[in-house]
Amino acid sequence: MLTKRIVPCLDIKNGRTVKGVNFVDLRDAGDPVVLAKQYADLGADELVFLDIAATLENRKTMHDMVLKVAEQVNIPFTVGGGISSIEDVDNLLHCGADKVSINSSAVKRPELINELSEKFGSQCVVVAIDAKEVDGEWLVHLAGGTIPTELNLFDWAKEVEQRGAGEILFTSMNHDGTKAGFANEALAKLSDLVNIPIIASGGAGTIQHFVDTFKDGKADAALAASVFHFGEIPILELKEELRIKGIPVRI
Amino acid sequence: MKLSIVNYGAGNIKSIQFAFQRLGYEAILTDNPEEIKTSDKVIFPGVGEASSAMIKLQQSGLDQLIPTLKQPVLGICLGMQLMCKHSEEGDTKGLGIFDVNVKRFSNEVKVPQMGWNTISNLKSDLFKGIKEKEHMYLVHSYYAEQCEESIATSDYELEYASALENGNFYGVQFHPEKSSKAGEQLLKNFIEL
Repeated sequence: MLTKRIVPCLDIKNGRTVKGVNFVDLRDAGDPVVLAKQYADLGADELVFLDIAATLENRKTMHDMVLKVAEQVNIPFTVGGGISSIEDVDNLLHCGADKVSINSSAVKRPELINELSEKFGSQCVVVAIDAKEVDGEWLVHLAGGTIPTELNLFDWAKEVEQRGAGEILFTSMNHDGTKAGFANEALAKLSDLVNIPIIASGGAGTIQHFVDTFKDGKADAALAASVFHFGEIPILELKEELRIKGIPVRI
Repeated sequence: MKLSIVNYGAGNIKSIQFAFQRLGYEAILTDNPEEIKTSDKVIFPGVGEASSAMIKLQQSGLDQLIPTLKQPVLGICLGMQLMCKHSEEGDTKGLGIFDVNVKRFSNEVKVPQMGWNTISNLKSDLFKGIKEKEHMYLVHSYYAEQCEESIATSDYELEYASALENGNFYGVQFHPEKSSKAGEQLLKNFIEL
């Protein structure tokens, strides 16, 4: 049986993990490669690296990091941040990334999704969608959730699927950082609407939140950052609890 | 030990090379028929779309070479699918090494299947030290049907062949290079065949 995935997300700036990482027994908590290896050993199913300061100058630093992660880590990983062309993706895949995540660049030029899935296959194209519920309507936001668009979340999700996205990473701006649970209602609606996997993001605070997003939110995977980085929720403990609740996980 | 990875421009082969490196083996990337023929073990990878991958194979003549190889050959993901008789993806004629057809999952399930699924009914030296219901990482929209050459099965919509064996030819639908310790064990087993 296909299991539900637990996905820690690491924010990267100039090749280093940014704040918010407080692991026990780590020699260098700022080194994404060390951290990634640790997560793989602890039972993470997949990793996401988000380049939060993606600029032309630090692109090479990011490539070096991706190469080192690919060299040393034996689980799949996605790289996102500042990706806007076929060439960007080609470079990252050549460095050993398994998937890339695109966000604002896809909204600005939706054809990019078609081009990437035709050239590299849908399996490596993740479209990240940041959305916020405003007066009862879910609107897509850009630039880390700061710039609102007119685009409706569900219309956009359907479109990215049709254009060849292999997966959707949906972050609810209303829930992100609250530690009050995932946006399960919107997630379930998304999951019913499209036929590609959905990664839930934004709101993880307790183990029960993960149970709820897999059951009520019908998510295929759940992404979180701080609850993992600060050891608030140990991954193995989380997975054991999920298994007890009847949710298929890899232990 | 001369280990080669068939390099025909289809997919993420770096990960496979790195996985062998972690096991202490240097694998070479090559499309040179002589290099491939004289290797002790051959990896036939593949990611992407079947018909265009097959065209790339034909352009380099590797479609003729691969079925004649005598040493152990391991097809991974699309590599395994191309070793089958026929694929529904792009209505592609395969290399016919495995006597089985490749079909698409229906829209009753999410396509692609993406993530960790269990493998069962293991019957090959390839799975030495790997337990029944071990998890492997998969990303695919097409699957090989259950058949006599099946050496592992998985369930997604239906029971299908997630690994195949015919003589010196082996194929796995999952990605051992991305499947944590169990995947590394499988690659080690392949080297030790």
